[in-house]
Amino acid sequence: MMNHIDLNSVLRQTLACDLYSNLVTRPTGRAVRTQIELMLSESDERALTVIDFSQVSMIDFSCADEVVAKLLIRYSSDDPPCDAYFLFRGVTEDHRDAIETVLERHGLALALEQGDGVEVVGVLSDDERKAWDASYRLGRANADDVAVEIHANRDDARAALEQLCRRRLLMRVDDGDYIAVGITRG
Amino acid sequence: MTTVITVPPSLDDHSFEQVLEQVAPLPADAKILVDCRHTRWSSPYGLTALLTLAQTRAERPALAVPEHDDTASYWSRVAFFNHAEALYDLHGTYPKRREASESNALLDITPITKSEDVHKIVGHVQERATAIIKNELKLESKAIMGFAMTLSEVCQNIIEHAGQGGWVAVQSYRWTKRLGRRVVVIAVCDAGLGFRKSLEMTPGHLPTARWDDAAALEEAVIRGVSRFRDRGRGQGLAGARNYVGRWKGKLSVRSGTARISIVPTWDEDVPLEEGLPDFPGAQVQVIIPEALDGGGSER
Repeated sequence: MMNHIDLNSVLRQTLACDLYSNLVTRPTGRAVRTQIELMLSESDERALTVIDFSQVSMIDFSCADEVVAKLLIRYSSDDPPCDAYFLFRGVTEDHRDAIETVLERHGLALALEQGDGVEVVGVLSDDERKAWDASYRLGRANADDVAVEIHANRDDARAALEQLCRRRLLMRVDDGDYIAVGITRG
Repeated sequence: MTTVITVPPSLDDHSFEQVLEQVAPLPADAKILVDCRHTRWSSPYGLTALLTLAQTRAERPALAVPEHDDTASYWSRVAFFNHAEALYDLHGTYPKRREASESNALLDITPITKSEDVHKIVGHVQERATAIIKNELKLESKAIMGFAMTLSEVCQNIIEHAGQGGWVAVQSYRWTKRLGRRVVVIAVCDAGLGFRKSLEMTPGHLPTARWDDAAALEEAVIRGVSRFRDRGRGQGLAGARNYVGRWKGKLSVRSGTARISIVPTWDEDVPLEEGLPDFPGAQVQVIIPEALDGGGSER
């Protein structure tokens, strides 16, 4: 299942005002995140949610902390409310400074859709980054495939893949395969 | 008895200390007259700090308006008197501000009391700042968004920490005397809790042997410490600090009896000043100068 959340629309609902397209202030960020969580709670299914920044002019550090960091922290915890994955779309250079700063602060990472593919930004270990890149290149892969691709042993590759699943950057599918978030996009 | 507080002819963050030196020894309920008659120029910091000064007084103070027509006219255009009327007994004549008129300020003096104010402030400044930062300061377009983010964060500081409202003003001008270049200046002042008291509210806070306003400013501005336990807190001022560093600007934060500054190479200020006259709340100034080298950042 795939959801699409236009942050500018959520912002306008939150502020009850059409005048502003800036994601600024901590209370605004908190309200926007609450709205996103409400949308996610409407389904129990595994879902990939596209968080779309295309119509957002700017985001400040406080709002990025509330909207991006706290969302990722909650859904990558040991006890997430549902099996949710996130792909961030429409993030420009103007947004990246705030987003990357909060990812760094919390040791988080996210999948970011670019024109020609998907990249992971934020904090990843070398093993995690190699494993994610390999999974993305391979499309759908198991631990053996990834181990060969990154010249690692199977256990190390599996550990990195499991960690990426916990961090919501990979999805575990049937037969022990993994798919990188964003491989199939809406 | 009324004590006359003489305001210097040129009022900025440094000369405002002369005002505070006169006010600090007085009890809060002492009657004062803030004499601006001979003031010819004020930075946004000077004007917002004058409004803040009135908020620290238990007895409603008086203010003698600048005698020079151009000065009074400018103070009127940036809405100083509009706000001062509610805080001071004003003596002297000054032109009324026409609602429809727009000053050349990026942002006239504006109160900040709630989160929605920050949306309005950022939205108002964003468009006008774009032209000024690109065309007048000759900075890369990357500087524009950072400016709006910095403005947003320093304004939020009031809502999150001051415990009461404050003031913001943003102005662009040629800073002939100190720099010889154009600058954009953000001034944000409040008379609230201040950094030391805010950090003392941290659950389990244990003051160190050297715990004072200067130590609190170092914690908040340099180390990004916040009174909230939440790991995500404290990023706002850190972001502002990074922004001014990148664009060779200056950040100063005054609170209580201390001022901490991120000092660029073009300025001769000291990084930390202690033992200043006590002044409640927090007063923040951000200065971004015109680029000399085609707009490149230091990163």
